[in-house]
Amino acid sequence: MKFVTKSPWILHYDGTSCNGCDIEVLACLTPLYDVERFGIINTGNPKHADILLITGSVNEQNIPVVKQLYDQMAEPKVVVAIGICATSGGIFAECYNVVGGVDKVLPVDVYVPGCAARPESIIDGVVKALDILAQKQKYARKKTGKNRINQETAKI
Amino acid sequence: MHILMNILFVVAAPFVGGLLTGIDRVITARMQGRQGPPVLQPFYDVMKLVQKESIEVNSMHRFFVYISLVFAIFTTSILLSGGDILLAVFALTLGSIFFVLGGYASNSPYSIIGSERELLQIMAYEPMVLLACVGLYYADNSFFVKEIINNSIPAIVYLPGVFLGLVFIITFKLRKSPFDLSMSHHGHQEIVKGITTEYSGRDLAVIEVTHWFEVIITLTLVFVFFATETPISKVFALVACALVYFLEIIIDNAFARLKWQQAFTSAWIITGTMGIINLLILSFFR
Ligand code: SF4
Repeated sequence: MKFVTKSPWILHYDGTSCNGCDIEVLACLTPLYDVERFGIINTGNPKHADILLITGSVNEQNIPVVKQLYDQMAEPKVVVAIGICATSGGIFAECYNVVGGVDKVLPVDVYVPGCAARPESIIDGVVKALDILAQKQKYARKKTGKNRINQETAKI
Repeated sequence: MHILMNILFVVAAPFVGGLLTGIDRVITARMQGRQGPPVLQPFYDVMKLVQKESIEVNSMHRFFVYISLVFAIFTTSILLSGGDILLAVFALTLGSIFFVLGGYASNSPYSIIGSERELLQIMAYEPMVLLACVGLYYADNSFFVKEIINNSIPAIVYLPGVFLGLVFIITFKLRKSPFDLSMSHHGHQEIVKGITTEYSGRDLAVIEVTHWFEVIITLTLVFVFFATETPISKVFALVACALVYFLEIIIDNAFARLKWQQAFTSAWIITGTMGIINLLILSFFR
């Protein structure tokens, strides 16, 4: 039984976003969308989280922050890039300080398009991430070495 | 036979506690106009946490939560086997203290603040718990649960004030708003998660299971006030437990989190008025 798919806890990090996507992420928690139906909780704590939601692109200043958040999360974990900014830099791609999408720094598992990404597509992205989380869990349970897990998940 | 029953109770306790937590989450969601998670969600959460990696901050850090769980189990078995209520209360406190030590052990600013707040909370609710034990002794001439619940008159008749005071401080123990400053269930920031901030995986699951035991322990304290020798009163007592739990859920949703000063003074004022006046009147008549 993959309990991780029944209780995915998310951590939401706001990179160089315009706050549009952030508001949509928070909208998922409201009574209208109510992601707690799926057992999803917004934890605000990397050590409790399974899914890292990143809105906005990365820049020189937040690269260490993003990396540290990712490192502090317990295996298995997935990264979901929300919005076009997090995917490629979006309309801010040309800015002098913007490095690019989140995949410049972290292994992104799911890209959610949109500017701003709609709550429906964010929920869709998180549900896609659950499948990947379940597969990572399977490899993690095989008691393989950490490198092995990364290699296997890289293929997925 | 007796031992078997006791073991059965202790094994069943976390399941009932977890189920109550799940019902709590559904009711809370409905009160907020949401659909809410499945009733079994707390069990899914714990099973997931067990399967996840546990990040080790240092060796002592993990040790304390396991000790805390052991004391919670110990307290539950004393209460459910009809043992000494004083011993149970002190064992429970000892468990809480180990939990606090776990918070200090991680050396993270968030969990240290959580630990300090937890200590303040223990200071706030502990006098009332002890007064409740003293009151039960006054009413029934015994500290043993099995004798208290086998009296002809329920303890609530003698101790209405003590009972109300106990319901007030149960809010601390169930970690409900307005008194959930050390470790809240609705934490969106580290500081609100307090002591649990640095725990992950299996250790977090242990903390959650300990909480399920604590739910059962607090509701047993409510039960003791209503139960008498007649079987029908035990049913009433269970209904009373359910009502108190429901009341706590309403309070949780209706109030914002208080500052520790307010939580502390209000708890002591309630203890001072409800508890002590009740005991004074009781001692006058007996
Ligand atoms: S994708 Fe659009 S809405 Fe989202 S952060 Fe970027 S600019 Fe804002």
